Amino acid sequence: MKSDRGWISIWQSIALWFVPVLFLGIFFFIPLGKIINLSGIFQHGLQLTQGEWGAVVRPLTFTIFQAVVSTVLTLCIGIPGAYVLSHFRFTGRELIKAALIVPFILPTVVVASCFNSLLGPHGMINELLMTIFHLQSPPIALLNSFWAIILGHIFYNTSLVILVVGEAWSKMNPNYETSARVLGANRFQTALHITFPLLTPSVLASSLLVFIFDFTSFGVVLLLGGPAFATLEVEIFIQATQMLNLRLATVMSLIQIVMTLGLAAVYAGVSHGQSFELTPHFKRGEALKSSPFPQKIFSLGVLTVLFMFFFTPLIALVTRSMTSYQSGSSIGIPFFGGASWSYYSELFINRHGSLFYVPPYEAVFNSLLFATITVFITLPLGVLIVLALRQPHRINRILDPLIMLPLGSSAVTLGLGLLLAFNTTALYKIPFPVLLPIAHGLVALPLVVRIIQPAIDAIPVNLAFSARILGADRWHVLRDIEFPLLKQPVIVSSIFAFSVSLGEFGATTFLNRPDYPTIPIVIYRFLTHPGQVNYGQAMAMSTILMVLCILSILCIQLTDQTNRERK
Amino acid sequence: MNKTILLMMLMVMVALAGCSGVPTKSVEVPELKVMTHDPFAVSESIIRQFEEQNNVKVVFLKSGDTGSLLNRAILTSAAPEADVLYGIDNTYLSRALDADLFEVYRSPLLDKVSKEFILDQSYHVTPVDYGDVCINYDRQFFISHELDVPQDLNALTQTKYKGLLVVENPATSSPGLAFLLTTISRFGEEGYLEYWRNLKTNGVVVVNDWSTAYYTNFSASSGKGLQPMVVTYNTSPAAEVYFASSPVTEPPTAAITSPSTCFRQIEFTAILKGSAQQDLAGKFIDFMLSTSFQEDIPLQMFMFPVLPDASLPQVFRDYVTIADQPASLSPDLISKNRDRWIQDWTGVVLR
Amino acid sequence: MKQNTSARTALKVDKLVKFYEGNPLLNGLSFIVGPEEIVCLLGPSGSGKSTLLRIIAGLEPFERGSVTWQGNDLLKVPPELRSFGLMFQDYALFPHLNVFENVAFGLRMQHISETTITQRVNRALERVGMLGFAKRKVQKLSGGEQQRIALARTLAPEPKMIMLDEPLGALDRKLREQLTQEIRQILRTTGVPAIYVTHDQEEAFTLADRILVLSNGRTSQIGSPEDLYNHPATSWMANFLGLGNVIKGVVLSIQPLIVRTVLGDIRCPPQRLKQSVDANIIILIRPDGVEIAHKGKNSFRGVVEDCVFQGDHYRTVIRVTGESFVFNLPDKHLPGNEVILTINEEKVIFLK
Repeated sequence: MKSDRGWISIWQSIALWFVPVLFLGIFFFIPLGKIINLSGIFQHGLQLTQGEWGAVVRPLTFTIFQAVVSTVLTLCIGIPGAYVLSHFRFTGRELIKAALIVPFILPTVVVASCFNSLLGPHGMINELLMTIFHLQSPPIALLNSFWAIILGHIFYNTSLVILVVGEAWSKMNPNYETSARVLGANRFQTALHITFPLLTPSVLASSLLVFIFDFTSFGVVLLLGGPAFATLEVEIFIQATQMLNLRLATVMSLIQIVMTLGLAAVYAGVSHGQSFELTPHFKRGEALKSSPFPQKIFSLGVLTVLFMFFFTPLIALVTRSMTSYQSGSSIGIPFFGGASWSYYSELFINRHGSLFYVPPYEAVFNSLLFATITVFITLPLGVLIVLALRQPHRINRILDPLIMLPLGSSAVTLGLGLLLAFNTTALYKIPFPVLLPIAHGLVALPLVVRIIQPAIDAIPVNLAFSARILGADRWHVLRDIEFPLLKQPVIVSSIFAFSVSLGEFGATTFLNRPDYPTIPIVIYRFLTHPGQVNYGQAMAMSTILMVLCILSILCIQLTDQTNRERK
Repeated sequence: MNKTILLMMLMVMVALAGCSGVPTKSVEVPELKVMTHDPFAVSESIIRQFEEQNNVKVVFLKSGDTGSLLNRAILTSAAPEADVLYGIDNTYLSRALDADLFEVYRSPLLDKVSKEFILDQSYHVTPVDYGDVCINYDRQFFISHELDVPQDLNALTQTKYKGLLVVENPATSSPGLAFLLTTISRFGEEGYLEYWRNLKTNGVVVVNDWSTAYYTNFSASSGKGLQPMVVTYNTSPAAEVYFASSPVTEPPTAAITSPSTCFRQIEFTAILKGSAQQDLAGKFIDFMLSTSFQEDIPLQMFMFPVLPDASLPQVFRDYVTIADQPASLSPDLISKNRDRWIQDWTGVVLR
Repeated sequence: MKQNTSARTALKVDKLVKFYEGNPLLNGLSFIVGPEEIVCLLGPSGSGKSTLLRIIAGLEPFERGSVTWQGNDLLKVPPELRSFGLMFQDYALFPHLNVFENVAFGLRMQHISETTITQRVNRALERVGMLGFAKRKVQKLSGGEQQRIALARTLAPEPKMIMLDEPLGALDRKLREQLTQEIRQILRTTGVPAIYVTHDQEEAFTLADRILVLSNGRTSQIGSPEDLYNHPATSWMANFLGLGNVIKGVVLSIQPLIVRTVLGDIRCPPQRLKQSVDANIIILIRPDGVEIAHKGKNSFRGVVEDCVFQGDHYRTVIRVTGESFVFNLPDKHLPGNEVILTINEEKVIFLK
């Protein structure tokens, strides 16, 4: 039990919590308070009419429903994916893992476009099916439907499950399963009684994160689902920015926050008894081509599904960015008219002398800058929190769910709140939009904590004890023994923090400065006017974003290459 | 472990290098801050002209769509973020005026502007440009299907046009709202819901934003969607020509501009109360009504200048028709009823 | 609980070939395990001992050869149906289950009634001396306790054969000695045949009925501990088993048998030799094969390099003309001192 780690006193716990709580207090709770204040709720209470309550409850039930379905299906794809990617070695594995995160950073507008070029009425799949089966009208009508929302969510979030669960799985001692088999359990029983119970902490953590993302999803519902589907987040956006009904928007925001709190509390309760020590066991993984046949077939099947789900839309994106075609012609055949780099070269030209033209490298640089700062903010804070959480002190039960709140808050609340709370302060006057990475950091922090925490809980106490006996003090135990064991989870969480920042758009619209445009802003700008050149440039910029993301992730993963070789 | 440290140092160095590369605002020149909506665009040379003439640096703050823009201005009114606001349109005008955000300013250049654009007789806001939200159609589609182009909103309920129209959600989209207002103007408050019921029966597709409607659903754009009719601006055909990847002699689309089928959107600018640069702000508003700025508007924002003398670019003259008797409703009426209208519409069309 | 004591062979491994990344790890390995027999697999690291166990358990495929149990080929039998026990060096106790559930796991897989399970678990715990630990969490146990629980878990389902993969490797010396005795005791009582893998020669000698030395993927030598001790087959074997000092020499004369070595001309006990005079030969001198003496037959002079107290003797490293030899001497000698030692003829062994 955790109380064995009896070397953090309550005072040290408080010391560890101090900076993170300060961070949250200043940059989340004060802005939240400001918004609640402005909405008049403090003065007049909620005061919602019958109709308004209806307007709240209806989206709420739908929001929960679609989030549950999305999360369950994401797990269904993610867990087999985690198995294959953590147990086998094959060429392109690291590339696939990096590419899986790309959806995280793509603006929904672009994702919608990709889905359309793949699954739209004249998209590649429909065109293919129509030619093969001689159909008159496209058989697949996926867009603007409930399933489009679910698909979009799976597309976005599966990487969370695959990387987090995969990382835990790859460290699991294979002898547990071996012992179970020899003791008489067949493969299914072994999975049921041994493998999955041991994976529970990471599955729970990733499920919580995925659920919250699905619950607060905005772009996917707005663009892929369409007007028939309203979630709480969409309603908040409409009420706050279109109807200018800040009061109703704030009420909905608060409901979102309360729900997040509830979820976090449930998670804390369920995962409390679930952590057990697992001596980490770094496996190289068997080479896929020399695995036994059933494993090989299963893996290839999973990889094919992953490919179809995740890579075909990305391939569609790249294709679109390089296709120049005559108006009025079908897009069913890619590269019609010849593949061209014209949209890419166009990106570098300010053809119309616009003041707001942004050269791509500037947008790229800014995006990378903000993402890097976000990681530098969240990692230290996250580590402090995780260390504090190791002790079952009472304050943990209160503070732990609080960290999750920014993730479950509407981007509008977050961004608008920060703006209103600080636009008169000195913080806002500096030429650099420092509030922007802070906003990103608020959202990324819960991610980092939830990813690293199960890993640190699994470190056997004996490891630390042996080191202490040999004379190492607490700091050296941390540095030389425990931190190296945490390297992988730290890397995984950094990658996600980085990606969250790269792709964040909601809060960014409130906090960005004109001289620091980021890539999503540039992409959106292209899509406000008709014209192939605009569309093509949006696709080209998105492809650049995608390539950038993959390269950054591969770089980060490379720093751990030495670890991977070790058996 | 060493490699991690190395990588981090590299990142820090890059960050620092980048910071130093970005020009710092160490100039002594005063700043004029202009808050606009996202679609705002202007040629760099024009702005530089103004900056040089007035020894000022103009800084633009883009703040989302019109609704978000207004919202932000209202919420920060105690400590305004800018000196000039641009982007309020006639659908939000009353609300903006009620929020008492602006200073009075009557530009001398206003004399040249036609009366129909001066919706605010108290001169808190100044009109800058306008555009007509009209239905655009895919010419090729109509030709190959041997369909007549509908000239009246009522025609859209005929079965031969079933499933061929895509509109935007008025709750989330400005052109969507404009189209809703067109129907209210055409059929009156008593009749518009019935009209929409008929449209719904006739398979009208509703999406949440213009991007989706135009780039995913519209058949004549890159999305190759299923609907050959989309609610957009009357300038969109010109944009299709202007932004085509290979030169075309004819736009693939055209706008329906017959009476009572379009909605005229007028965009305004104003000086924010509490601005420390009121003189400069006034000069900027004058500048926005000047010929050079007005003539820059069409190709940057694909809207029309309010100045009748401003000459239009060739692509506008060739391919854009101004709406004939566009719908218009008084800003007050819109302001009072907009929420209710949207709610009622949602009840009929989306549920 | 005694096994069926038929004279049939229990396990037979025949010409087993296993490739690992292109190279043969096991290269035609053959051996048998008799009922109630404890066979120790001895071999250096990387010699494929663990892989062999996994193959016998059915967890890994192999290229050629066969594994049979009481005459039946096990090729098509999955691991969960083989009824073999397998114990690991890291114990691999299920961390999410308590002691009782760990031990009961194999029984649960057999769908035995709850009462029977409780009985058998308690019996297993008793046998390893851990009764009363049933409700404890496995993480809280010490190394020795965990090892015993692991053993109980292996024994509870009454396997037909037990395989132990260096089970005592992680423990300290005293515990190791103690547990070695206990395991030996338990295995004898249950009468279950066992394969015990280790790289520790002392352990092997304590436990085994027969020892199988693995080298280059094959059996290097099989025999009882006495066989191996008294008649190691090759110099490599002698070195590996730490049996003493392996010395090269030349035959000077056959009767009496005198061999010229770097330690001088050594008189050896009479042997039937294949080699003739002037042949190269290798002999083994046990560590306890010398005494401090004055000059005389079979004596040599050397310089003490190192002298370490070992309890009942001093492990002394003696340097003679550039080569080092290890002998056990009753007294301490300081490094640097010169000593004269006499070789006891009886302690000289001829190797192939």
